[in-house]
Amino acid sequence: MAAEEKVQVSDKAAVEITKMNKWFGTFHVLRDIDLTVYQGERIVIAGPSGSGKSTLIRCINALEEHQKGSITVDGTVLSNDVKNIDRIRSEVGMVFQHFNLFPHLTILENCTLAPIWVRKTPKREAEDVAMHFLTKVKIPEQADKYPGQLSGGQQQRVAIARSLCMKPRIMLFDEPTSALDPEMISEVLDTMIQLAEEGMTMCCVTHEMGFARKVANRVIFMDEGQIVEQNEPEEFFNNPKSERTKLFLSQILGH
Amino acid sequence: MTTATDPPKASFHVSQLIYDTRYRSYTFQFIALILLIMAVAYLGGNLLQNLARQGQNISFGFLSDPAGYDINQRPIEYDSQSTHLRAAFVGVLNTLIVAVLGCVTATILGVTAGILRISPNWLVRKLMAGYVEAFRNVPVLIWILIIFTIMTAVTPAPSAFRGDDPASNMLFGAFAITNRGGYFPAPIWGPGSSVVGLTFLASIFGAIYYRRYATKLLYDTGKLLPMVWPALLILFVPTILVYFILGQPITFDYPALAGFNFQGGIHVRGSLLALWLALAVYTGAFIAENVRAGIQAVDRGQTEAAASLGLRPRRIMNLVILPQALRVIIPPLISQYLNLTKNSSLAIAVGYMDVTGTLGGITLNQTGRAIESVLLLMLFYLAISLGISAIMNIYNNSIKLKER
Amino acid sequence: MSQAESSFVRKQMLPQATPPIAETGVLKWLRENLFSSPANALLTVVAIYVVYQLVVASAPWIVNGIWVSPSLSACREMLDGKVGACFAVLTERWNQLLFGFKYPSELYWRPGLAFILLFVAAAPLLFFKFIPSKFLVLTGLYPFVAYWLIWGGTIFIPLFALLGVLVGAYVYKKTLFASAGMAVIAGFLAALIFWILSGYVIPDLETVMVLQPVESRDLGGFMINLMLGVTCISLSVPFGILLALGRQSSMPIIKWICVVFIEFIRGVPLITLLFVANVVLGYFLPPGTSFDLILRVIIMITMFASAYIAEVIRGGLAALPKGQYEAADSLGLDYAQAMQFIILPQALKISIPGIVNVAVGLFKDTTLVSVISMFDIVGMIRGPILASSEWNGVYWELFGFAAVLFFVTCYGISQYSQWLERQLQTDHH
Repeated sequence: MAAEEKVQVSDKAAVEITKMNKWFGTFHVLRDIDLTVYQGERIVIAGPSGSGKSTLIRCINALEEHQKGSITVDGTVLSNDVKNIDRIRSEVGMVFQHFNLFPHLTILENCTLAPIWVRKTPKREAEDVAMHFLTKVKIPEQADKYPGQLSGGQQQRVAIARSLCMKPRIMLFDEPTSALDPEMISEVLDTMIQLAEEGMTMCCVTHEMGFARKVANRVIFMDEGQIVEQNEPEEFFNNPKSERTKLFLSQILGH
Repeated sequence: MTTATDPPKASFHVSQLIYDTRYRSYTFQFIALILLIMAVAYLGGNLLQNLARQGQNISFGFLSDPAGYDINQRPIEYDSQSTHLRAAFVGVLNTLIVAVLGCVTATILGVTAGILRISPNWLVRKLMAGYVEAFRNVPVLIWILIIFTIMTAVTPAPSAFRGDDPASNMLFGAFAITNRGGYFPAPIWGPGSSVVGLTFLASIFGAIYYRRYATKLLYDTGKLLPMVWPALLILFVPTILVYFILGQPITFDYPALAGFNFQGGIHVRGSLLALWLALAVYTGAFIAENVRAGIQAVDRGQTEAAASLGLRPRRIMNLVILPQALRVIIPPLISQYLNLTKNSSLAIAVGYMDVTGTLGGITLNQTGRAIESVLLLMLFYLAISLGISAIMNIYNNSIKLKER
Repeated sequence: MSQAESSFVRKQMLPQATPPIAETGVLKWLRENLFSSPANALLTVVAIYVVYQLVVASAPWIVNGIWVSPSLSACREMLDGKVGACFAVLTERWNQLLFGFKYPSELYWRPGLAFILLFVAAAPLLFFKFIPSKFLVLTGLYPFVAYWLIWGGTIFIPLFALLGVLVGAYVYKKTLFASAGMAVIAGFLAALIFWILSGYVIPDLETVMVLQPVESRDLGGFMINLMLGVTCISLSVPFGILLALGRQSSMPIIKWICVVFIEFIRGVPLITLLFVANVVLGYFLPPGTSFDLILRVIIMITMFASAYIAEVIRGGLAALPKGQYEAADSLGLDYAQAMQFIILPQALKISIPGIVNVAVGLFKDTTLVSVISMFDIVGMIRGPILASSEWNGVYWELFGFAAVLFFVTCYGISQYSQWLERQLQTDHH
């Protein structure tokens, strides 16, 4: 199978979601979600807007609270304990649609802040690590600039480097390319592909179907707060089973 | 498998009170509440001890005792035998009088100055900027004192109006500003004046109806009637006709010199005039800035878009710019009204008997009931503030809804 | 259309030409700015008339002004019926207007020096983009130096106060790494303990390193306005931050405590709070203790300013995109860390113009203390100076002087604020 050529997926779960439900007020956003992400696996979550896909990955690092069911991240059950939440958050990296870099800090300070204050890494060492990852996302020369001085694509790569500096075991991507100008999308996707090739466990909410075909082990299609279909990319794109999936694919691949 | 919301009951630790998201907010709130109660208890304890030591108590009984002092400006019946409560009430009315007068005048001044500040005329623009900066950067108390000084030390004494060749002349033979205050004509409502009043009221509705009708006609048939002149005619012509047909039922009682002072007309004390004027001019400067900012906040593209659709400048202002600018102007305008009302408490500096002067001034000093008087005083202002902010919230919500 | 008409190739480029004469120079400016339409021309005429009247009314008064004279009546004699000001009251009584009538005149250099140092201390804060942040040390030292200069007494009172702050800061820094939230509390407690302990030592040092002490009630004049303004604004910023954070909190009890406090203070006039300072606050203090009136006034004005600053900072917090909070959360920062490193630095920066506005308003409001018979500049004018037999009746010169002092200060501050706003706008984004 295509997926297995690209990866070694372990059979140990990185994220395990069981019967998870979430409501916004009375609106039932996530309904009975069951999902296991294995270590080293790359998952792409797709679906129409409002289908709950962003909410799902935001639940994984407790940016959103879920009301029923359980989430286990890297063997730790996500509970209401703040120390537990902070521990999980430091293990899980997150990249946002709007980058959310800290505009009052330089690129380097953005990258070293959490390692110093959360991981308690000595400053010198944190800076070395930060420079290593900035080099990896190909912008070491921008380290002393401020986020506002960078292009959107560069900012998003910094955001990825910032997450990597925490040495996360899992990376979550929440529509990382949606806010970018078309000519900048590929530089961010290249960075993500490189990351995938190194074996990082990744959950990506994205509309980049080319990326899904290339790196995903599994594509998950969500609609109305439920997982409607999941499959390997080849099967998913060439032979979708559900009518909703077919409709969705025809809409986004139609042109 | 355990669920996030349902951990095993047995595993409850004290540390969960701090670290569990479900309990920690209760813990912190409980601590805050305890601290608050301790602070209140400490202050209250001190209060009781101090009162006991001085043989005092907290009681509002003094409000029904005779006040024993006079109030020079009294909108309702009041004499020195009236109660402190009534004195406070006179003060409240005086506060409201100066606040309402001030707000109306400040709005007129401020809107005018604000529009002139963006006029194409360089000289007028600079002059208005001078007005705004001069008043915004000098304490209102100093302005009140300066204008009060003009009222008392610069204006002529009533005697200056006497003689065949008086040093001062009354404005239009009807208005006199003297160092004892202003004298204005007072209307006398003769028989039939109510008919004139009702006619005017009806004319207002008539004018509104005419504008509605004209708009409807425009929408229905595309026929555009002139809007302004007919409405003005409807507003004033019938009233003036009725006034003369009924033989001029409303007359004015003009102030006239009698001995050393003016008699007749309405007498407005210099302290009220000074306070009113100073508050109006001071607040007007702030309102002018709000108006200017509001109009300038409307994007230039809006004017250009409207002009490119072929709208005339006045219609651009009325149909496109003003509706948008008003949303920006009105909230700060209302808070300026609030500021003016609160600043009116400076009446005490010029001896105008507003509520701060009666309840917070003489009553407090005479009865020694400091805590009670100041508390009531604060509650009065608080009630006004909360009332005005409630109105503001309603307004803000209504424009928020329209944006959807 | 024939081929020849629709196709065109330029053979010779046109040189730049000068505009028609009506489009340049003074004439064009006059026409566009003063006489663009009949209504506009009318406005211009009215405006010129107003300016003319203002000049005619004030020019002779200023030009004929008498600068040296022992009293108003002497002034009038010298003017001999002409219109003219009697500025002599300023040259005679400047010291009272600035320092009050009881401050020992041989010590004027002390508040004067404190005033000059104020600029040195404020500069690193006001021009933080151009002055290295290490100069903020001067700002931090200023309150203690200024206190010593104005009130005098032993140097150990401000010194121990300063040491307390340093101890607090040291403890904060040491514990910050363990927990940013506990560090704030620990630092505060450490400072408090140090101050309480030093309270036992100070009486023994009363006679060491002493500047001639000056009683609070001997302070007066514009000095009081400046001192109240600077002190209360600086104190109210930290309280304002706490109140704003409390009001933003998701915990209802804490939120409502802050809401009630803020709305209560903002709902009543400052003058009623000054009444509280004057006649009510004493009842709530432990029996037997007596606070200076000036200290009580500082407490109440600080409460007043804190409520307004809290609202400004709340606006700054609300203006931050939600993503900043989420990004901080997703990196595993706790509440105290997220606030101290991410949220507050940005929110405060947005709030600076608003804070400056509150500061200007508050500085103007310090004149209200004259109502509770403190002798600030307005109190000095209305009290001792106008009541004196020499200067009874000199209104314009005195009120004008006070107005000019305030105008220069407030206009300066608001110009600074506008400059700063422009600076911040071009800042990195």
